Amino acid sequence: MKSILFLSGKGGTGKTSLAGAFAVLADEKVLADCDVDAANLHLLLAPRVVDEGIYQGAKLAVKDEEACVACGRCHEVCRFHAVSSDYEIDSYLCEGCGACVTACPADAIELVVQDTGRWFTAESRLGPLASAELLPGEETSGKLVAQVKQKAAELVEREKAERLLIDGSPGIGCPVIASASGVDVVVLVTEPTLSGLHDLRRIVGVVRHFQIPAYLVINKEDLNPSVAKEIGTYAREEGLPLLGGIPYDPKVTEAMVAGRSVVEEDGSPAGAAMRTIYARLVERIA
Amino acid sequence: MRIAIASGKGGTGKTTVAVNLAISLAEQEPIQFLDCDVEEPNAHLFLNPRFSDQRTVVKLLPEIDEAKCTQCGACAEACEFNAIAVLGEKVLVYPELCHGCGRCRMVCPMDAIREVPHELGTVERGFARGFPFSHGLLNVGEAMATPIIHTLKEDLDAERTAILDAPPGTGCPTIAALADADIALLVTEPTPFGLHDLKAAVGVARVLDVPVTVVINRDGIGDDRVEHYCREEGIPIALSIPFDRRIASLYSEGIVLVDAHPEWKAMFLTLFEQMKGMAA
Repeated sequence: MKSILFLSGKGGTGKTSLAGAFAVLADEKVLADCDVDAANLHLLLAPRVVDEGIYQGAKLAVKDEEACVACGRCHEVCRFHAVSSDYEIDSYLCEGCGACVTACPADAIELVVQDTGRWFTAESRLGPLASAELLPGEETSGKLVAQVKQKAAELVEREKAERLLIDGSPGIGCPVIASASGVDVVVLVTEPTLSGLHDLRRIVGVVRHFQIPAYLVINKEDLNPSVAKEIGTYAREEGLPLLGGIPYDPKVTEAMVAGRSVVEEDGSPAGAAMRTIYARLVERIA
Repeated sequence: MRIAIASGKGGTGKTTVAVNLAISLAEQEPIQFLDCDVEEPNAHLFLNPRFSDQRTVVKLLPEIDEAKCTQCGACAEACEFNAIAVLGEKVLVYPELCHGCGRCRMVCPMDAIREVPHELGTVERGFARGFPFSHGLLNVGEAMATPIIHTLKEDLDAERTAILDAPPGTGCPTIAALADADIALLVTEPTPFGLHDLKAAVGVARVLDVPVTVVINRDGIGDDRVEHYCREEGIPIALSIPFDRRIASLYSEGIVLVDAHPEWKAMFLTLFEQMKGMAA
């Protein structure tokens, strides 16, 4: 079994489109969407939810107004500026650390567990899927990502799957790090723009930091051939194997609107490129 | 007025809208620019700021004085993030899980914990095109972006219209950027992915009580479900930017749209006027 995670640094470079293509092309696979802030993979899969649950990932400090003696200790100890000067607790700033609970001489604050997200497992036209949705305004997406990965691991075990395809989130922070822990391979999807290259360098830093083998794909490579070339040079210097480029192709969006992957469309140049990229990756990780 | 530019989905054009709005608006009133996408900041690639000041953002990590520690386990029990464990004679600290709250030090009966600064990232401050520009950079391998965003927001100046380029997503960093904004300008694209994530971003803005308005970027590439959704929800679509390979190509080179095509300035100023009417 090999787990393959799609990352990019910059958002909107085509992680989910490529993950969806691999979902069509791979056999004996399980799918996981670890972009719990903005999960999109299911939009290509027509999933039927089999199991779901509420995930309680965070705690929040809640004050008993009656018991509060307005001493201000909570305001003093909170390092997250979550307690105002009149001792109101801001639920968006509160990290749920409990320093105020410890500091309160009147026992007026307690930590209350919060519903932070909803996880799903589903059957889909392209295989079993584990996914989740962060509830509006809730935080701790890293912990919810870990929950999705655990559900995905259970599906892999049950299916005796050979591949786990994981769609990741943009950025380099908490949810990305949570999604990357323990994966076998990362596929980095970039685009030939200055922003794409800038953000690629940072995400390459992250995969190197965690010592995960990584491969590169340049999406919409014909958008700016000179930046595409610069990315190619960077990849060579960095020892980052380039699996290939994908041309800009309006059929990618047309397929998405129809709820399909572009590799399921006839005569799509992007679809053909994705098939080649998949074959090259399989050769390398077999 | 504080304008936060967010999206849910990444790569929809937040930075494009933020940069073009900033340059257009700076001609008529004092503004400032804060790039709050501290994981992958890009606005500096378009605005070429000169930085005059750099600050380090740290969290405080516990360090155990083994001579004083009795392995009582009070610190491990108090830690809500499982960042401390007692294994036999040893107390282990997991820096990547620690939020730096200091509760362990508060509960230690032996006074065996001291705290040492651990660098999370930096905030850089300077000027771009005559207006104040700040951005943050999360160090590679670090998970906690929000303390950097909070540090960045200390640069907010009530005398200036602030343009905050928010990170994608709907989690902690997005909330940190959006909280206290007077308006959220949500940039989306007319595709099923764009719509799905727009809905998530609207959900966050509503919970935070921030009014929303929408910019549709790459108009024409997908379908009209974003428009339908906005109409049903009573969300104004303040601007549509057509899909045009020439616009995409300028972006790829780091060239600003209103520099190449000044006629777009009027569009961004109209967008600003509309937001002024809606702001909280």
